[in-house]
Amino acid sequence: MRFKGSRSSFKEVARRLLPSDGSFDLCLSCGLCSSGCPASGLADMDPRKFLRLASLGQDEIIATTPWVWMCTLCRRCTHLCPMHIDIPALVYHARTCWPREKRPKGIVGSCDQALATGTASAMGTRPEDFRFVVEDVLAEVRENQPGQENLAAPVNRRGAYYFLNQNSREPVTEPDEMVPLWKILDYVGADWTYGTLGWAAENYCMFAADDAGWETLVRRKVAAVEELGCKVWLNTE
Amino acid sequence: MRKSLGDGIANDLRFVVRRLVGEENFVEMHPNRSNNYCCGGGGGALQGGFPEARRRYGRLKAEQIKATGATYCIAPCHNCHSQIHDLAEHYRGNWRTVHLWTLICLSLGMLGEAERTYLGPELKEACL
Repeated sequence: MRFKGSRSSFKEVARRLLPSDGSFDLCLSCGLCSSGCPASGLADMDPRKFLRLASLGQDEIIATTPWVWMCTLCRRCTHLCPMHIDIPALVYHARTCWPREKRPKGIVGSCDQALATGTASAMGTRPEDFRFVVEDVLAEVRENQPGQENLAAPVNRRGAYYFLNQNSREPVTEPDEMVPLWKILDYVGADWTYGTLGWAAENYCMFAADDAGWETLVRRKVAAVEELGCKVWLNTE
Repeated sequence: MRKSLGDGIANDLRFVVRRLVGEENFVEMHPNRSNNYCCGGGGGALQGGFPEARRRYGRLKAEQIKATGATYCIAPCHNCHSQIHDLAEHYRGNWRTVHLWTLICLSLGMLGEAERTYLGPELKEACL
């Protein structure tokens, strides 16, 4: 079987992906990867089996098993592997073999939402909505919580040292969960800001194995940090 | 933590947690640090459309938490929080799942009423 846009077999592609100190054929079949993998047995697959199938050229199974979406790419298998074989890189590559329309709708949908807005939010939150939520919650805290009258949650403050990002679910579904973080930053005197652009911490295009989308989102976020002249990008995800 | 920053930062966070809750209230799960298991919420799994597989993946984490007998489990990020919270419901665990920022503000006496969604009744009014 050949893959779209490539004349190479999965094994050839995988060989190029592997770091110099580990290679496909070095697998000892010891099973340390599988014994410590919480995804072992799901969809009748496990890391060792996945690697052996790839090694034996069973590309059809590799490119179609839904197991690649059940693996969380946690890297425990590689951490344990005596030959340092990067199995998650292979899993990621197998994800790219799926036609986009066949990949999990939830993941691809979140990627598309993020690509459609300058905030990079997987929930499609618009810049002005994020600003409104932050300012609304802040006003309530300052009014109702004694000792927090001067709490700040700066937005687009140029030259702040830290650019703070935030998982979209917080501003959208549980905005009060943002407040403890603001208080801690305030307490330690941190010089920080949110940005209306590029503030979303998550990157579902990476999970969707959409390389171009993944890069677009990262570049969008970097541009937002640089636009405000911040020195450190604080990732909460 | 293992994935991007290694055990150094895992140990730093343990220092913070021990100071917040007190040495006698800190329970380590096993295995831990770099040998620990992923909770199963990452890599897109929460949106992956295989909820049954996701929960079966997380059974190991649920058993680890149950074995500690702890009443609170601290999650490092939003994805882990959602997954571990869901595992407690699915596997009938007796723990509550909290963000570290909740405990930091609670300890500093600056956690507001509306910021206690994930705390149990015994802490709903503590240090208000």
